[in-house]
Amino acid sequence: MDELILKDQAAGQTAVSRRDFLQGTGLLLGFALSGASTGAVFAAPASQVVENEIRGTFAPNGFIRINPTGAVTLVIPMIEMGQGVYTSLSMLLAEELEVKLDQIQVQHAPPNHALYVNSIIGIQNTGGSASVRAFWTPLRQAGAVGRSLLVAAAAKRWNVDPATCHAKDGIVFDASGSKHLSYGELAEVAAKLPMPNGVKVKLKDPKDFILIGTRAKRVDSAIKVDGRALYGIDTRLPGIKVATVAISPVLGGKLKSVDEKAALAVKGVRQVVNIDEAVAVVADHMGAAKKGLEAAAIAWDDGPNGKVSNADIVKQLEEESKNPGAVARNVGDVGKALAEAAQRIDAIYQVPFLAHAAMEPMNCTVHLQKDRCQIWVGTQAPTITQSQVAELTGLPNDAIKIHNHLIGGGFGRRLEADGTILAVKIAKHVDGPVKVIWSREEDIQHDMYRPYYLDRLSAGLDAAGKPIAWTHRIAGSSVMARYYPPYFKDGLDPDAIEAGAEPPYALPNIHVDYVRVEPPGVRTSWWRGVGPTHNVFVVESFIDELAHAAKQDPVAYRKGMLGHNPRALAVLSLAAEKAGWGLPLAAGHGRGISVQFAYGSYASQVAEVEVAPDGFVKVKRIVCAVDCGMYVNPDTIEAQVQGGTLFGLTATLHGSITFRDGRVEQSNFDNYLPMRIDEVPVVETYLIKNAEAPGGIGEAPTAIVSAAVTNAIFAATGKRVRSLPIDTESLKSSS
Amino acid sequence: MAFALKINGTSHEVDVDADTPLLWVLRDVLAMTGTKFGCGQALCGACTVHVDGRAVRSCQTPVDSVGDSAVTTIEAVGRTPQGAALQKAWLELEVVQCGYCQSGQIMSAAALLKDAPRPTDDEIDAAMSGNICRCGTYQRIRAAIKHAAGV
Repeated sequence: MDELILKDQAAGQTAVSRRDFLQGTGLLLGFALSGASTGAVFAAPASQVVENEIRGTFAPNGFIRINPTGAVTLVIPMIEMGQGVYTSLSMLLAEELEVKLDQIQVQHAPPNHALYVNSIIGIQNTGGSASVRAFWTPLRQAGAVGRSLLVAAAAKRWNVDPATCHAKDGIVFDASGSKHLSYGELAEVAAKLPMPNGVKVKLKDPKDFILIGTRAKRVDSAIKVDGRALYGIDTRLPGIKVATVAISPVLGGKLKSVDEKAALAVKGVRQVVNIDEAVAVVADHMGAAKKGLEAAAIAWDDGPNGKVSNADIVKQLEEESKNPGAVARNVGDVGKALAEAAQRIDAIYQVPFLAHAAMEPMNCTVHLQKDRCQIWVGTQAPTITQSQVAELTGLPNDAIKIHNHLIGGGFGRRLEADGTILAVKIAKHVDGPVKVIWSREEDIQHDMYRPYYLDRLSAGLDAAGKPIAWTHRIAGSSVMARYYPPYFKDGLDPDAIEAGAEPPYALPNIHVDYVRVEPPGVRTSWWRGVGPTHNVFVVESFIDELAHAAKQDPVAYRKGMLGHNPRALAVLSLAAEKAGWGLPLAAGHGRGISVQFAYGSYASQVAEVEVAPDGFVKVKRIVCAVDCGMYVNPDTIEAQVQGGTLFGLTATLHGSITFRDGRVEQSNFDNYLPMRIDEVPVVETYLIKNAEAPGGIGEAPTAIVSAAVTNAIFAATGKRVRSLPIDTESLKSSS
Repeated sequence: MAFALKINGTSHEVDVDADTPLLWVLRDVLAMTGTKFGCGQALCGACTVHVDGRAVRSCQTPVDSVGDSAVTTIEAVGRTPQGAALQKAWLELEVVQCGYCQSGQIMSAAALLKDAPRPTDDEIDAAMSGNICRCGTYQRIRAAIKHAAGV
């Protein structure tokens, strides 16, 4: 499988040697797509996206390159950060192109909205659990178009009807099977054929899939077990310098003083760069840069945010959430229903700021020259990054070259270009390429955080315990309003309300509104899910409160409100069954359930916990049922359920970023705690197979786990957890 | 100061301050980037290498403390029986996701299997709890170590 991998991604197969090999062949210009009418993904001329290609390369669309040597390349629109898109998207293409998975190499797509937009998000971003959803059809279409042209090329060579030929494993056969030509042999001829008409190339019936739906092996594993995989932080270039930064600990602060002389006295330090908001020490290696930065004894002017504290942020949320917000949903008459209810329940829920703390700290390598800027980085947002660098440097977009890389954990952090922008600001002062690496402390303290949310809920139950009224007010920062203003309409952030505005249950009178509250001195952003990571916790906890108030079993109570929603009911029933819901448990143990529809997928989880007399929570087992419609690779889905669950569980048990005097109080893995191997439960996955449209899976398990665990804690202790992370003090038996 | 290092069976001479962490000598001076930077404080295990067969955190190992000891990194651990068995198990059980921490995971696991060829769950927990994986591959890491050990 080694050959599969993008040359730029693996040490020892350098991009330089590939460039040398291809030198002088120029850009591929011979195959313009003007006249093609196969939809937006095929709209731009191939010459915009191809470089270093061999003459005679077959490039029927933005995704496929087949050169005369037979190499098949998927120009992959999404970035690999662990979620398995190298594999899943290659499988989609291979299925219709009729090549084996191990015949495909992948190469990161350059920034190009027209060719590579993620249609679910509207930007060329890897995010929103959207890669398979967005490219399920375009990549299969691309493969089918490619196959059709290659078959036509062979038929032309043999002077036979293309309908009598077929393709398999990268070879076209004639009707008798005696004649055959490889895709490499056909590339040059196929490149000159007219495009098939529109999108009418027939796609396989899903029942005929031979690759999609199988447990195909990941294509990026081999280079990740022996150190060959290259992430952005591994960039090596002739003459490269390594820099590390101290950024003002308070947002908006500025440098007061720096001892440049002391920094420069450190062996290997070459330069100190002061850009006011940050200081960078540039050196021959990171060891010298870090030592130089410590010696620099930097002092800061904190500026207007020097007094920001968590207490004030929460107080602001409490106050502003008393006022009505933008209405996300209003059905029936909640006021009347509440007044008529036999029983009323009110609650306030809160979730904290969260950092990403991906294993690969923030880094970016920049070589800024007079007329161009080259950037080596792992980014989830290449077009945004390119535009922001263009704006900063005054260079045109096409002078900004993004060399995208594998990411050592994204979780939404690399949807932001701030790390690249900072590196470019530093690179303006450095002659030659400079790699800017943040320390773990800088990474955690200058993250852009999952927002703090405060939610107010009220429900009215009828005499039988059914909720006849449901109100939910969501208050917190809007990431969308800053990140993508066109999606923020009429005061509503569609992400902030996801899984809150439309709970899966039959609720005859429901009112959900959103109050945007921006905390001062804090940058908020995407995470492994934002809206659902907080809304599902809130909704599923509150439903559990209602079940308790109605004196009903939490599973039976939910089932009673899901008659109209068969897919939600099915995952709920499956999770409950597999978890042994209702079987007796020891004292101090409890089971909790949650269910959700988010990212286009249904999921339900049962957590089993043990709460010790000192309040310590041990999560013993997690059972997860998933219905994500048609899926590409069930092994990847299981891996995502395991990993996504632990990401959410880590936040549930430990995650909290707090501010004091404008500064983040956490700094490294000793006080922003990740789960470790000795703490994690086994996660069991049960996948429902059906023919529904594909749903997302990367973030779904992260969103669903919190409520399953806190509901289990309630079952074990009778104590309701309404704010995260779980405060074990409050769970002590005596308290 | 010049230091002579024996890394993966090859001698290297480097000229850096005595307190320079081995991690940055490997990555930035010798261009061996398989060993990863994660925290700089020996809290995450991403930088784990072997010094005379023992797992150490190279971010907290000053270059002058290495002396004549043999350093093994992820690039060469596959030449040891434990390393080879673990890499194979990692592939068979599809452990990796983003992959960034996996160099350190495999180095810690290889040191464990050298000391405890048939490790118990508790021994796996003790040896591996210094290695963080934010993708959450722990369940498969545990299974792969057992698979490699034949338990």
